[in-house]
Amino acid sequence: MVPISWYLVLSAILFSIGVAAFLIKRNIITVFMSIELMLNAVNLTFVAFAHQWHQVSGQIFVFFVMVVAAAEAAVGLAIIIAVFRARSTLNVDQIDLMKL
Amino acid sequence: MTTDLHLWIIPLVPLAGFLVNGLFGRKAPKPIVTAVALIGALIPMLMVSAILFRFSSLTLPYIQHIGTWISAGSFHADFAFQLDQLTLVMLCVVTGVGFLIHVYSVGYMAEEDGYWRFFAYMNLFLFFMLTLVLAENFLLMFVGWEGVGLASYLLIGFYYTRDSAANAGKKAFIVNRIGDFGFLLAMFLLISHFGTLSFSIIFTQVTLHPALEGGFLTAIALFLVLGAVGKSAQIPLYVWLPDAMEGPTPVSALIHAATMVTAGVYMIARTHVIFDRSPVALATVAIIGTATAFFAATVGMVQTDIKRVLAYSTVSQLGYMFLACGVAAYTAGIFHLVTHAFFKALLFLAAGAVIHSLSGEQDMRVMGGLRKKIPITFWTMTAAVFAISGFPPLAGFVSKDEILYQAFIAPGPGKLLWAIGLLTAGLTSFYMFRLWYMTFFGESRALPHEEEIAAAVHARRDTKIALEDDPHPGHAAHGSHGHGIHESPWIMLWPLIILAILSVIGGWMGWPEGLGGGNWFAHFLEPAVKAAHLPYEQAAVALSTGALSTGAINGANTAPAGSKQIEIILAIISTLVALAGWYAAHLMYYSRPELPDRMASSLRAGYATLKNKYWVDEIYGAVVVAPILFIARWVLNALIDRGVIDGGTLAVGYTAQGFGALVARIQSGNIRSYAGWLALFAALVLGTMYFGWAVHWIPR
Repeated sequence: MVPISWYLVLSAILFSIGVAAFLIKRNIITVFMSIELMLNAVNLTFVAFAHQWHQVSGQIFVFFVMVVAAAEAAVGLAIIIAVFRARSTLNVDQIDLMKL
Repeated sequence: MTTDLHLWIIPLVPLAGFLVNGLFGRKAPKPIVTAVALIGALIPMLMVSAILFRFSSLTLPYIQHIGTWISAGSFHADFAFQLDQLTLVMLCVVTGVGFLIHVYSVGYMAEEDGYWRFFAYMNLFLFFMLTLVLAENFLLMFVGWEGVGLASYLLIGFYYTRDSAANAGKKAFIVNRIGDFGFLLAMFLLISHFGTLSFSIIFTQVTLHPALEGGFLTAIALFLVLGAVGKSAQIPLYVWLPDAMEGPTPVSALIHAATMVTAGVYMIARTHVIFDRSPVALATVAIIGTATAFFAATVGMVQTDIKRVLAYSTVSQLGYMFLACGVAAYTAGIFHLVTHAFFKALLFLAAGAVIHSLSGEQDMRVMGGLRKKIPITFWTMTAAVFAISGFPPLAGFVSKDEILYQAFIAPGPGKLLWAIGLLTAGLTSFYMFRLWYMTFFGESRALPHEEEIAAAVHARRDTKIALEDDPHPGHAAHGSHGHGIHESPWIMLWPLIILAILSVIGGWMGWPEGLGGGNWFAHFLEPAVKAAHLPYEQAAVALSTGALSTGAINGANTAPAGSKQIEIILAIISTLVALAGWYAAHLMYYSRPELPDRMASSLRAGYATLKNKYWVDEIYGAVVVAPILFIARWVLNALIDRGVIDGGTLAVGYTAQGFGALVARIQSGNIRSYAGWLALFAALVLGTMYFGWAVHWIPR
């Protein structure tokens, strides 16, 4: 039996990769994908704990997260397309109008 | 007798007149404005006449409660009016003289811009003055007291486009504030000791408790004196009255001669119960009055503006009234108030007619020789001049002589007060005849082109050139006459004639017993102002301090034997003094007109002192006004207001702004920097949670 700490370490590594990618990458699609990575790292923790404590609520939560992630992907991709049409770029450093 | 006199209607009618004219007068045609204003003055007069006729059947004092005004804890103040002999006398003066001056003003102000405004203010003044006189408690009296000050301010500044008028209005208001401050303190003391401000309750309590004396009654009385000094233009607060002559002449006659400035005298007579217990306060009143009478008379001798002579004369005559109150001869003071209202209102109105006929000229040096040109004005003015100078049997003689007699028989320094009063009477006679000669006799000293200017001004007015075009708006010119000097219209002359008759016969109602009269006026007034009997010791104390005389109060009854002879002798002396004043004026301004200039140059210092009014305005300016302005400008404004208050507010604002500018840099618009901040602080939170150092400083 694989101990829970392994799952958690893996989850932390995945989450950290997601954060690092979010901070480093400039392409908006990649940034978007790093968000998915973070969400799924959290999902992994949920499932691990659900298995550990024999509770089903963690698994249910994962479905919720997936649903939200799917909705977010739909909206987010729509926004990305709209931004690309307007600015002809996907570089987030150039999309910085929302400031003082 | 329980009939309802509806006293409250008396002041409310002029108030209604004020509201109608004040709200709708601008658009209303002139005859309607005139009608409203005159009705506003006439109805109170008729009501007072009605009261006068049934007065003997009333139980006095007649007190009418209209309703509760203030009810706070144990303190109550009502809308309550009071009628007694003193009130009736004041009512007659205010409504009678007030109505006559309203009539006069219809002619005098006919060509002025702001005609409706003038009459609205005049009615407002009547409202407040009648409230003051009718009030049954100090608080309601104070409403009238402040209100007449307001009306006075508005009317002094009537020609508000002229700087000097606006400033004179402010000066009057501010100087009066000092007196009002005294009145307020007196009221606070009264509330703290009696728990009420009702005249009847306070006076009864004072009368019933002979032990009440000394300290706090003196304090109350002295604060009341401060109020009276401000309102009645006595030393040291008289400075506003000469400047108040910037107002239209009927205003000077009504407010600054006949009625409002006598409010202080009325107030002292009304509160005489308190004053009777305080020899110190009475002595103060007597000294202030005598000093003011003399001082103002000396200044009046050298003024050249006809209205300023009369202004100083008013201050001087008010000094006489104070002197009378100070020797506890309240009836004499009120009597002089009444006669003074007649002849001083007449003097002002006649002076107004002179000014009117000269198209706005007020300088007596360019008058002269008007006797033939404006005969009716001349004769009425003559009656007033002889009356105020104290020639028997005119009104001024009777009342002034009564005051001097009462001062003479008062114990202590009474003789000194009498002597100064007598000297002042001579000065009064001198400056009044100086005015008379300079205005009406000799050759016309009008500059050769003066009449042409007058005619030109008339012509200009006729073409309805707006007030703004006139560099010196004021009572410039009237009428459609093409010539310069002209007699005033009849609507102005009738009040003069009536007042002249009153100036001649008005004194007869108080003809002294020493001269074969009955002094009916004093006996009539006595119930209202008779001093409460004092315990023996107190009377002795009062007599030894020399300011209070029970003998003076009861007149001939307890006066020293042979007082009738004294009265006759005093009357002869004062008549001789008046004649001497006349003779001096005759010599200097009629038979030998070069004399004044020679005397002025030989007595240069003295003349300059008088001419500059003892530099009192300058001294006040340097000692009082300049430091206050300095503090206001540099300490309160520059340091406190702009430095501390504005600075503090600005500092708060700038701090927030600076911090905001600093923090705003975080909002770069760069999404990766946002994420960076988020990650950084999330890491910090996780770190503190894991390593636990935060536990020690987060309060549980």
